[in-house]
Amino acid sequence: MLDWLKRTVSTVLALVFSLTTGAAYAQGTIKIMYTDPLSGPFAQVGDQNLQQFKYIIDYINGRGGAIGRKFELVSFDNKSQPSEALLALKAATDQNIPVIMQCSGSNIAAALIEGVDKHNERNPNNRIVYINCGAVATELTNEKCSYWHFRMDAHVGMKAETMVRALPKDVTKVYLLNQDYLFGQSVQRDVKTFLAKLRPDVKVVGDELIPLGKVKDFSPYITKIKASGAQALLTGNWGPDMTLLIKAGMDAGLDIRYYTMYAHLGGGATAIGPAGNGKVRSVMAFHENIAVETGKTDTEGWTRQFRAQHNYDFYAAGFRTIFEFLQAAMNKAGSADPIKFSAALEGLTITDMLGYQVTMRKADHQILSEYFVGVFTKGVKYDSEKTGLGWKTETTVQPKDLDQPNTCNMKRPTS
Amino acid sequence: MEVLLVSLLNGLVYGMLLFMLASGLTLIFSMMGVLNFAHASMYMLGAYFAFSVSRVIGFWPALVIAPALCGVLGALIEMYALRRVHRNGHIAELLFTVGLAFIIEKATQMAWGLLPVPYRVPAVLDRPLFHIYGSNFHAYRGFMLLISALMFLAIWLLLTRTRIGLVIQAALTHPEMVGALGHNVPRVFTIVFAGGSVLAGLAGEIGGNYLVTEPSMAATMGPIVFVVVVFGGLGSLAGCFIASLIMGLVQTFAVVLDVSFADLLARVGLPVTSTTPLAEVLTMPLPRVGALLPYLMLILVLLIKPRGLMGTRDT
Repeated sequence: MLDWLKRTVSTVLALVFSLTTGAAYAQGTIKIMYTDPLSGPFAQVGDQNLQQFKYIIDYINGRGGAIGRKFELVSFDNKSQPSEALLALKAATDQNIPVIMQCSGSNIAAALIEGVDKHNERNPNNRIVYINCGAVATELTNEKCSYWHFRMDAHVGMKAETMVRALPKDVTKVYLLNQDYLFGQSVQRDVKTFLAKLRPDVKVVGDELIPLGKVKDFSPYITKIKASGAQALLTGNWGPDMTLLIKAGMDAGLDIRYYTMYAHLGGGATAIGPAGNGKVRSVMAFHENIAVETGKTDTEGWTRQFRAQHNYDFYAAGFRTIFEFLQAAMNKAGSADPIKFSAALEGLTITDMLGYQVTMRKADHQILSEYFVGVFTKGVKYDSEKTGLGWKTETTVQPKDLDQPNTCNMKRPTS
Repeated sequence: MEVLLVSLLNGLVYGMLLFMLASGLTLIFSMMGVLNFAHASMYMLGAYFAFSVSRVIGFWPALVIAPALCGVLGALIEMYALRRVHRNGHIAELLFTVGLAFIIEKATQMAWGLLPVPYRVPAVLDRPLFHIYGSNFHAYRGFMLLISALMFLAIWLLLTRTRIGLVIQAALTHPEMVGALGHNVPRVFTIVFAGGSVLAGLAGEIGGNYLVTEPSMAATMGPIVFVVVVFGGLGSLAGCFIASLIMGLVQTFAVVLDVSFADLLARVGLPVTSTTPLAEVLTMPLPRVGALLPYLMLILVLLIKPRGLMGTRDT
């Protein structure tokens, strides 16, 4: 209750502040329109991203922003609806905002790609770049690829490959369980593809699709997994479909490796709890203990400061790479004009905060960055959600390892 | 054989959880004719109350306090809101509870946040009770079975062996007559609504840490409970009990039985190939649609036997 009160007060204060000072200041800033669900059942996704973005932007602005101007974040609630996201796009282009950013939902991303393409074609004097910070359907940088779309997160195929690469040699029997909709089906397909390619010795002993969000009791699935003799469970499930599955496994004492794609996001650690110690793994772009493990003290200090200011984990700190990319591209182009900095962003390579060389691949505008598989365990420096357990890196995959082929046939603007 | 036995246990545990949730709803629905859409919200509140109370004074006192809080809230809702709305008929009541469900969900989000809360099983019960073919049977699941069995017994005794129980039972089938005989029917309504809320709260308390306590738990549990109530039949606690167990077992076995229509057809000498019409549907394995079977059963029961399994009144 108190937290909520604090949040409300700070939001109101921020609003008043932006109303009084924003107008005079706006002329000089580079605005970024951020749209994600800020209300409804998925509100926490947008809400927490927003706070973490603000912290990151403050840092980037402290390092000079871009072309001598500061970045400013504008948010727009899309209620998880593609139509609302298109309203956000309209609002952005009406104000001549050069960048629109969106993280959750590949269906929304597909609508935005189409919307941005159409808009830019019709309005060559008022173009906009779409930064995708987490819509992961592989098609978006393949069949559906667009010059104006830059994906700053690994797609499903890359996450699946990371997961397969993380399987230790002695694991030869795996069980796949995914949600029965576009995303879950592509996880299922891609994991099998990479198993066949990289680990032909691994046998898929179970392959299951479950109705999205309909299963309350996962015990029967656990019984089945147990009976199959699998050594590892590979799942792309998120939300209750992921936490209930893992909880049921823990309760039944199913002592295998659990490989997930989303256990590290908000709420995962709380729902899994101490029982998950050493069993649950997650494929991720970042966790706060990486800087500790690799001795990056400046990055560690930076994430620690976020923890001190906010009441939760800085799991999205990896988004800093997005703004460093924008900063570098705009500085290189000497302009915040979408047509100019997008050309500079293509093929750009920068060094990220963990010291890796990350590239925005020119052919399909897909980021190639390092990726990690962490295990949820006791005895790490930074725990998650006050559970006493946190993530420890088990596998690191290099950017070059994820350089998967693509089918993008990109149309570039002529002027 | 081992899968059969383990699945039986799984189905039993899930079915009993459903029963805890559905018994309160069936009482309210049968008695007052209100399809209480806020019932699952009470279940959610029960879990959250239990979480907050158990952090201060422990799980065991919370076992009484959290459902009691839900009961008080239920009584207040009935006395000060639902009774007014009641004058305008059942549709108004139904819409009222729909609105209430949304309000409770939002209020819960504001009070406890959007993320799951760390509501955990008490340490005494957080261990395997016994092993069965290499799988653990968790002690807490045994506890759930015990509580729900006690609950069934308590409701049954209350309804058949006490005076108020007799009045409630009479009102289930002949509400007008009970009123005409001079019983305070509104008060009976309050008791039933509060009692139903207590049962939902208890189910939330027990189910909240077995599953995950988060703001969407009401929305995900709601539909299946309605199915149980309609399937079991109005005015019948035994029907509700049997329906819960059937739903629990059906969903459990649907997961374990890896068959499709194509397999059945192949048995009788009609192999399905990719060129067969509807091959996509016919080869769909049962586990993929298992969670939807209860809804199919709901439709069938409404078509064939609208009173449900053991209903004493039409839906």
